[in-house]
Amino acid sequence: MRILVRGGRLVDPASGRDEPADIAIASGRIVRIGRAAQPLEFDAERTLDARGLLVMPGLVDLAARLREPGREHEGMLESELAAAAAGGVTSLVCPPDTDPVLDEPGLVEMLKFRARKLSRCRVFPLGALTRRLEGAVLTEMVELSKAGCIGFGQADRAVRDTMVLLRALQYASTFGYTVWLRPQDAWLGGGVAAQGAVATRLGLSAVPVVAETIALHGIVELVRATRARVHLARLSSAAGVALVRAAKAEGLPVTADVSINSLHLSDADIGYFDASARLVPPLRQSADRDALRAALADGTIDALVSDHDPVGADEKNLPFAEAEPGATGLELLLALALRWGREQGLPLVRSLARVTCDPVRVLGDALGPLGGSAGRLVEGGVADLCLFDADERWTVTPGQLLSQGKHTPFAHASAGAPLEGRVCATLVAGTVAYERGSRPAGAPRPA
Amino acid sequence: MPARRNPQLNAHGELIHLLSIEGLPRDVLTQILDTAGTFLSVGEREVKKVPLLRGKSVFNLFFENSTRTRTTFEIAAKRLSADVINLDIARSSTSKGESLLDTIANLSAMQADMFVVRHAESGAPYLIAQHVAPHVHVVNAGDGRHAHPTQGLLDMYTIRHYKRDFSQLTVAIVGDIVHSRVARSAIHGLSVLGVPEIRAVGPKTLVPGDLAAMGVRVCHDLAEGIRDADVVIALRLQNERMSGALLPSAGEFFMSYGLTAERLALARPDAIVMHPGPINRGVEIDSRVADGAHSVILPQVTFGIAVRMAVMSTIAGNAA
Repeated sequence: MRILVRGGRLVDPASGRDEPADIAIASGRIVRIGRAAQPLEFDAERTLDARGLLVMPGLVDLAARLREPGREHEGMLESELAAAAAGGVTSLVCPPDTDPVLDEPGLVEMLKFRARKLSRCRVFPLGALTRRLEGAVLTEMVELSKAGCIGFGQADRAVRDTMVLLRALQYASTFGYTVWLRPQDAWLGGGVAAQGAVATRLGLSAVPVVAETIALHGIVELVRATRARVHLARLSSAAGVALVRAAKAEGLPVTADVSINSLHLSDADIGYFDASARLVPPLRQSADRDALRAALADGTIDALVSDHDPVGADEKNLPFAEAEPGATGLELLLALALRWGREQGLPLVRSLARVTCDPVRVLGDALGPLGGSAGRLVEGGVADLCLFDADERWTVTPGQLLSQGKHTPFAHASAGAPLEGRVCATLVAGTVAYERGSRPAGAPRPA
Repeated sequence: MPARRNPQLNAHGELIHLLSIEGLPRDVLTQILDTAGTFLSVGEREVKKVPLLRGKSVFNLFFENSTRTRTTFEIAAKRLSADVINLDIARSSTSKGESLLDTIANLSAMQADMFVVRHAESGAPYLIAQHVAPHVHVVNAGDGRHAHPTQGLLDMYTIRHYKRDFSQLTVAIVGDIVHSRVARSAIHGLSVLGVPEIRAVGPKTLVPGDLAAMGVRVCHDLAEGIRDADVVIALRLQNERMSGALLPSAGEFFMSYGLTAERLALARPDAIVMHPGPINRGVEIDSRVADGAHSVILPQVTFGIAVRMAVMSTIAGNAA
């Protein structure tokens, strides 16, 4: 379909461009981008009226669990990819801890095939680094890569055997694959809340900061030895940030991300044992949160992720420690990136870079030809777009979320002011994957 | 950031559930202690009953084994003329696949008026209190490491009985503080009542430095910890702590932190010794101390019934 996106304010973090411009789309690609405020002549089958809206590249989320295969009652591709589109997310990376885990090419092919058929969002699976994520035997990474895996990881299950981790990094780096690791020591990471005054007061078993820093020290040493490329997933502490900053300063090939939860919340948000704040990694103290926010601003942390993890009501309505960790996030990512950017005083192109071109840079060669244009707006590039109203205020209520995961600590009054900024339409490969029902993107904007 | 309302108080600041001593206003706490004083005499009457909870059903819901606490709650409820139903669930319903909230819903359908809950997980009574009907009250009888508020209140009652004034006291709590709901509730109670010095005494594995965030002075040396103390609370050392990485052995714990008569001599001459029971003689406390002149361990048990009567009658009288 030939689509014209007309009258919007184009924001492209990769080029730093921020000005009114029309975009013409045909055959899934951006064919022309207009010049500042000059209407584009284009023979369109459909025109999307973007007046009053911002037009940006679709968001790229490096951590979203879809719960398929294996946990379909908590999320399914249909609902979770609809949630992605509603959140303006056009590409996402899903971790391998499905059931069965993504350690066989057939499973990856099926997941890719199902996602492609839905055409709501591009899905890039991470393969398991070790079979069944048991941390003992390497997976067939070359086969898995051919099936569509963009990297290899252990999700939340640390490799306890350092020899296995060394071999895994050596083997993955032979073929240029990135290894995704969440830095957490297996022995120290057993608690349910961050060590600190809140966990002490509530009597919750605690995860100390050293659980993260010990793992980071180990990973950094192994990267130094192997020169393997490692992505450090979901940093949670100020001390962890400092280690990543030092590793980057040394020139080691590491990248990192942080979740919307750790970026905005602290352990005080657990309140009276609120299980929606039962998260992995656990929410730490406000000093950690401040360090994470600064690190995302200065680029020590490369990407902001939703850490989307839909959990069913039965798994959440339990005493805090027994409740399954995780929160819904795909539909909140954009608004929370904007909130962080506003609070840090960053220009829009800088804050939105952390959810568009920067995560694409983390993915690197793994995206193949798509890597040249995903997460940015360029003529000839893929037409993955997000149209949003930067000023619309909204409050998260479970009923309005398309995800089957309805639990989020941002649903509570304690998480602060209403969210600001809401997606109006999402295009994936030049087709409309999402359009807000109440006010379609083509409809006139209410005064 | 707007704080969520303390779930154990109604909009008028009255107690509708007892979940933790933390966040209880001082006058609410003092009033419970005063009420307990009036109930103490009920146990000495020929007919040991008052009709305050007549026609009410109190469910003792113990997801974790306990004989002593359950029995004292049962006696307290019966002295208030309530019908008492004891359920020792101890994981059996969860092993049958029934969730905690399903269990509560089922028992609520049996017209329960009050749940007395013990659970192995911190915070479980909060979950229950959030899901019961407005007229149903919840009493926390011990949740994980978090709180044991009726024990805390009976400890406060005991201290007030023997010491009268809290404002000059030094209280030492000795033993496994980090895993202890009794210690947490005592610390909150002592803080609310204005005790100027609360000491937490034990090795770093059981008394980590970050306990100071609760307003206690952390001591790793027993002599330093009990010197000039007015009140010494010895905690029970759970069997599972006595081996492995927390402590090498019960014997070694006693050698460094066991409460003996010689060590107790460092405290004030009129110091009282308390213990939540059941005691491990020769582990956290020597028999000469447990049975000695300073010990008020058995009066604690007697006061515990009156305090639990006061708690149940207080919350039953307040509407959500």
